[in-house]
Amino acid sequence: MSSARERRLAGEGAAAGKGDLAPERDGPRDTSLDDSSLDRWLARTWQTAPGIIGALSSVDHKIVARRYLITAFAFLCLGGLSAVAMRIQLSGPERGLIGPDRYNQLFTMHGVTMMFLFAVPIVQATGIYLVPLMVGTRNIAFPRLNAFSFWIYLSGGLFAWVSFALDMAPDVGWFSYVPLSGPEFGPGKRSDVWAQMITYTEVSSLAVAVATIVTVLKQRAPGMSLDKIPLYVWAMLVTSFVIVFAMPAVMITSTFLILDRLVGTHIFNPAEGGDVLLFQHLFWFFGHPEVYIIFLPATGMVSSIITAFARRPVFGYLGMVLALIAVGFLSFGLWVHHMFATGLPKLGASFFTASSMLIAIPNGLQIFCWLATLWDGRPIIRTPLLFVFGFFFTFVAGGLTGVMLASVPLDLQVHDTYFVVAHFHYVLIGGSVFPLLGATYFWFPKITGRMMSERLGRWHFWLAFLGFNAAFFPMHIVGLWGMPRRVYTYPVELGWGNINLFITAGAVILFLSFVLFTINLVYSASRGAPAGDNPWNAGTLEWATSSPPPSYNFARIPVVTHAEPLWAERDTLPVATGLRVDARELVISTVAEAHPDVREKSATPSIWPLFAALAVGATFLYSIFSPWAVVWGAGPIAITLIGWFWPKGDPEDEE
Amino acid sequence: MSRGVWTMCWCTACILLLAGCSGWQSALDPKGPAANELAWLIWFFTALCTVVWLLVMAVLIVPLARRPAPVGDPLVLDAAAERSKMRIVVAALAATALILVGLTLLSYFANRTLAAIGSDAALTIRVTGHQWWWEVRYENDQPNRILTTANEIHIPAGEPVRLVVTSTDVIHSFWVPNLSGKLDVIPGHENVLDLKADKPGVYRGQCAEFCGAQHANMSTFIIAEPRPVFDAWLNDQLRPAAAPVSAEAKTGHDLFLKRPCVMCHKIGGTIAGGTVAPNLTHIASRQTLAAGTLTMSRGNLAAWIANPQGIKPGAHMPVVRLDGDELNAIVAYLEGLK
Repeated sequence: MSSARERRLAGEGAAAGKGDLAPERDGPRDTSLDDSSLDRWLARTWQTAPGIIGALSSVDHKIVARRYLITAFAFLCLGGLSAVAMRIQLSGPERGLIGPDRYNQLFTMHGVTMMFLFAVPIVQATGIYLVPLMVGTRNIAFPRLNAFSFWIYLSGGLFAWVSFALDMAPDVGWFSYVPLSGPEFGPGKRSDVWAQMITYTEVSSLAVAVATIVTVLKQRAPGMSLDKIPLYVWAMLVTSFVIVFAMPAVMITSTFLILDRLVGTHIFNPAEGGDVLLFQHLFWFFGHPEVYIIFLPATGMVSSIITAFARRPVFGYLGMVLALIAVGFLSFGLWVHHMFATGLPKLGASFFTASSMLIAIPNGLQIFCWLATLWDGRPIIRTPLLFVFGFFFTFVAGGLTGVMLASVPLDLQVHDTYFVVAHFHYVLIGGSVFPLLGATYFWFPKITGRMMSERLGRWHFWLAFLGFNAAFFPMHIVGLWGMPRRVYTYPVELGWGNINLFITAGAVILFLSFVLFTINLVYSASRGAPAGDNPWNAGTLEWATSSPPPSYNFARIPVVTHAEPLWAERDTLPVATGLRVDARELVISTVAEAHPDVREKSATPSIWPLFAALAVGATFLYSIFSPWAVVWGAGPIAITLIGWFWPKGDPEDEE
Repeated sequence: MSRGVWTMCWCTACILLLAGCSGWQSALDPKGPAANELAWLIWFFTALCTVVWLLVMAVLIVPLARRPAPVGDPLVLDAAAERSKMRIVVAALAATALILVGLTLLSYFANRTLAAIGSDAALTIRVTGHQWWWEVRYENDQPNRILTTANEIHIPAGEPVRLVVTSTDVIHSFWVPNLSGKLDVIPGHENVLDLKADKPGVYRGQCAEFCGAQHANMSTFIIAEPRPVFDAWLNDQLRPAAAPVSAEAKTGHDLFLKRPCVMCHKIGGTIAGGTVAPNLTHIASRQTLAAGTLTMSRGNLAAWIANPQGIKPGAHMPVVRLDGDELNAIVAYLEGLK
């Protein structure tokens, strides 16, 4: 990096805030250091300590994100295996491989795992890894909260699958409607497991959302004004806001449910003046935004990949940003289309047809802008772009069947049939998993420093693409023939046998493609070709640092002059200096213009978030059996939080 | 490779569609005005969506099919080309909006058509969902002409009927796709579904909302008959149960009344008065057993009574210990309940 273009933070604009500190309380700054001693200083300050305690105390966003990614991938495998088990049971009429009790647990665990333990965590984990790099900062905001969120997520997921191993997994669907899940019709502890698992995995997702919002709004590199934020970061910002508003709704739902079951409230009991539809309203007020929580980050990934491969800035940046925000808002206005069959007033239902149709407009705008971005390019087709092609092929089809489902009368025929199963797998696998797979091939080099195998990648893509369409396209048809969802078997006379066998064959191919993907990941992580800093010649900041990035991300904080900084400043990136190197310091910038504002401490590693997560986890586990858990759990949680927030004697703490 | 993909998809689609039109439980084989309207709507939406999808794919394929070549400076863009692209994107967006407005209006009017179908229904049938069977009650102003039966709903063909659906346990959904869309069956709520079968026939339906262990085996049949046949059936069903004729059936009758069967089942004209399980007054006149799980026959009746948990695991019918003779006697009795 050229020192001629360095800018000193303290001297720049509004950087006064902490610049007023008395010089003797200030440590050495990066201004006067040469590159190699700067790296030594920063490495000493930011590195995660060696050893098991060091690892458990880590607050490095990259390390936490890697743990998240690996855990979410493990849950994907479990969710996938449960799907294959169900498909084998359904491969022919009246098969007796899996009984109704096990089958119902399987489809519930499949849904719960894919939605709460795979899809949401993996898009958030990708954000935890990439957002700080893309906005040019050294760590995510609230790094201890971020570490805490991982431990909570891990214990929530283990809790769900241990209960499955003990044959006490939830068995009433990922949506767990009352009264089937209520005290009268849901005996045992199965629905309690559902309720508490939901509540605590959502705690982790809220924590990450808050950290992401603050990172994006306050920690952007100097000069990265709102109109220069990469679209992926915009997508994560909007997603995080959607999470903040949607997740409380499902936490309220699950808490009401466990209150009905444990404490004898009658919130959902019609015999005592409660209402069963209230549950559905609350659940889908979260449930529909949930789909966009999974989908919006994927649009960000698609934007990144298309921009890099089309080798031009994305077409219609402003429109894309507005579309993201519009989708975020509108996603809260369509939950009722999951309830068209409940016998709502006709005019009210028609309103939700209109609002559901409306969301196709911003989504359409995104599609058109991507097509316009690609239109005059001559892209080299590599695996990430193949998956983007798969995304278009399937997501557009899924979006169009979504338009069909938005129509009240049409929905009455296809609601809760395999048509809907086909629709949302087209939207979720097509709209989110394919972009995620493309993103894996795209960013794997940044995370590991090695490229993934292109040959295996192509095999993976074509197998996944064919397997997916073979498995899910026929479901549209069998749904229209009248096959309802969530049935563990079906009679011979209905003639659904052959088509279901075909679907199962497709599902097995799709599963095999993921086996290939796993092989590629393991092989490439150790044997892949070295990647270099920027293998795709992409334009955003994560490619400005080494692969994998050092613990401190950037030796000097970059200054951004363009939405694609690495394309605008081909030779050297201007940098800002003035941060201390003996303490974890970040540049805090203004929300709109990203003027450097103050220097702020970033939290140091700590074991307490792990202890806090253990205390919270134990409380939740106990709360399945007794409401007194809240009382007895409060003590240990308070102790761990005191440890977590114990003042360190920094001058800042005393101000 | 991609041509192979296309061929395969196309062949799959054709085979599947041709194999399709069998169904006695299919939304694509409408047998009544509501299902007709809906089938038309499904085909219209499908056709339109297919056209839109093909257009998007065509625009996507062009750049991907070009020979790849590195471009120069990624930040140098042709301003005129960008402007014309902007015009096209805006036009595409406007077209999208127009199509969506059209589809919204279309579904609004379709909804109105559906609502008008049963406005003059003369017959009201109350359908109550239970785990995992359907209770069917024909309402009448005269209490002695109220009929309660289970799982099979006879209706007069060519006339609209009104179904009032509700549940006493969990949420179910009533759905007979050849005749109409589905409607949820919710405890604490009464929903109204009007439907009409154009011609006589048997139309299968199935619970569409997950309702527990035996959700998969909770079907119903709508049996549409010409009006005189329907009236005769109704009068027949209103009679009390047939008295046992053979000695074996008489033994069966006595056994039935002494065993726990009476706690749950009702047989009109006897002391068996339970209402938590299907009414058996005319069980042998029905075509199926256990909500469509088995066809009605002597063998299946015996199998069901001997081992309901083997046939429908989780069902609320308990296993009642009977020796072979007792089982035969009870089956002989039930078989006579035409």
